[in-house]
Amino acid sequence: MFWNEKMETLSGPALEELQLKRLKETVARTQNIGFYNTLFKDAGITPSDIKSLDDLAKIPFTKKADLRGGYPFGFLAVPMSQVNRIHTTSGTTGKPTVVAYTKNDLTMWSELIARNLTMVGLRAGDIFQNASNYSLFTGGLGIHMGAEKIGCAVVPSGVGNTKRQIEMIQDFKVRGLHCTPSYAMHLTEVAEEMHADLASLEIGCFGAEAWSENMRRDLENRLGLKAYDSYGMSELFGPGVAFECPEQDGLHIWHDCYIVEIIDPKTGEVLGPEEKGEMVVTPIMKEAMPLLRYRTGDITMLMEDECPCGRGQKIARLLGRSDDMLTVRGINVFPSQIEHVLKNIPEVGDQFMVYIDRVNHLDEMMIEVEMNKNIFSGELQDLSKLQTKIMKALQETLTLRARVELVEPGSLPRFEGKAKRVVDRRVI
Amino acid sequence: MTEKYIIKQLSIFSENKAGKLAAIAKIFLDTGVSIQAFNIAEANNFGVVRAIVDKPEVAFNEFAKQNYALQYTDVLAIKMKDVPGGLYEVANLLGGLGINIEYAYAFRSGEYGALIVKVTNPREAALKIVEAGIELLPAKDYNF
Repeated sequence: MFWNEKMETLSGPALEELQLKRLKETVARTQNIGFYNTLFKDAGITPSDIKSLDDLAKIPFTKKADLRGGYPFGFLAVPMSQVNRIHTTSGTTGKPTVVAYTKNDLTMWSELIARNLTMVGLRAGDIFQNASNYSLFTGGLGIHMGAEKIGCAVVPSGVGNTKRQIEMIQDFKVRGLHCTPSYAMHLTEVAEEMHADLASLEIGCFGAEAWSENMRRDLENRLGLKAYDSYGMSELFGPGVAFECPEQDGLHIWHDCYIVEIIDPKTGEVLGPEEKGEMVVTPIMKEAMPLLRYRTGDITMLMEDECPCGRGQKIARLLGRSDDMLTVRGINVFPSQIEHVLKNIPEVGDQFMVYIDRVNHLDEMMIEVEMNKNIFSGELQDLSKLQTKIMKALQETLTLRARVELVEPGSLPRFEGKAKRVVDRRVI
Repeated sequence: MTEKYIIKQLSIFSENKAGKLAAIAKIFLDTGVSIQAFNIAEANNFGVVRAIVDKPEVAFNEFAKQNYALQYTDVLAIKMKDVPGGLYEVANLLGGLGINIEYAYAFRSGEYGALIVKVTNPREAALKIVEAGIELLPAKDYNF
């Protein structure tokens, strides 16, 4: 089933022509952004040098850290009067990354979600439960808009209150569910404890964190549904950038909206199909915040085989990260953010370790922080207060609760060269 | 003059892990510092080891050298009769004087006992205690 068959199956010269037209429009829009003026000048190129899709390679990459310099609205290509929505996502240090949308952006984004949900078999009249955070996280409102667009009856259940979520699935006869795969596992366990009957569930869309084929089998068997992988990131609208079709063999990345390259993250060299590397995406349908050759940090590869479903370019399910970003409970966390928070708390040193575990299918983050021996008051109650203070500061920045342990000065490992401050003990 | 009653307690940050106390005790041994009174306060996988010793500076310097987070804390040592009701007598008097105890621990030395107390303002409290006729042990008996 297609939502937009013509676009979804566009190929050959017609697709390339459309991509080039949209790329040129995007390049033109980026010239309203100071960062891109400088980028083009420094690279010795002008927008008119982009005459073919191959010319894309002349443009230098844009990195997430570059977005930090533009906080809050430095990457807007349109006046605020044309902005219709603002979301934020985690930045690499203290400030979040701001993403903005025009009315057309929101329409395009929801069109992509509509394609994805239709592709996996959802249709008008289905009851669809969106167990995603509805605030600044794009998985809430983003998926919601697309599900409404195709005519689903959408239950905006948000996150948490798992028993209530299960009751609704059971009582409303929910057919489609969207959440993070780890939350789906948690929901499964709670449903089993409750002896809930979730027979109405047929389609699960799971994303925002990496998950394994084992986890897919487990979810499919225990929830009695087909589980589909969803890929996206706020800088590229949000969820819906790429999605699995019923073949469950790779994710179609919407070729009329995104030009994909795979590069060697160390050298920047562009790699061929079936070669693993970092995905670089140029979104060509974004108005408010156009980006060129954006380094996603995600490791995947372009799949060469044609898909029986008739749609275009596929990427493999995510194979890791080229940087040190972590995904904890579906939320992206950079160790540099943690470091930034700790640096602003004089009672602790700048040495820390992060441990991540999965307890009852939910991620738990624990951070060990060394005390600053020069600012120790000697009082136990001050230590407890300090612990709370660090937890609050981390929660404000990461939007995630973490356990904090204070440890003795000098007790954490010191690193020569690249620090390995994160110990991820999760088995997925 | 109440300054002579101010006792320098060592407050040492320690994780609550096997072997941590031994490591701390070893430093006292190696520096030849004698412990007069000792107490551990614990919360959330860490704690504060509190010690009153004969040579606080010697111990402090060695702990600092070995990277410990530690601090001097001013405390008072109130002499207690080593008989039933000894603690009641002291506690009752402090209560009557409106002195709030943040924490306290006791030890016994020779024929009498002593209550180590941490109060908000030790100098002011010492004055009140002495004026009320309770005996405070001077720092020289412990620290020097």
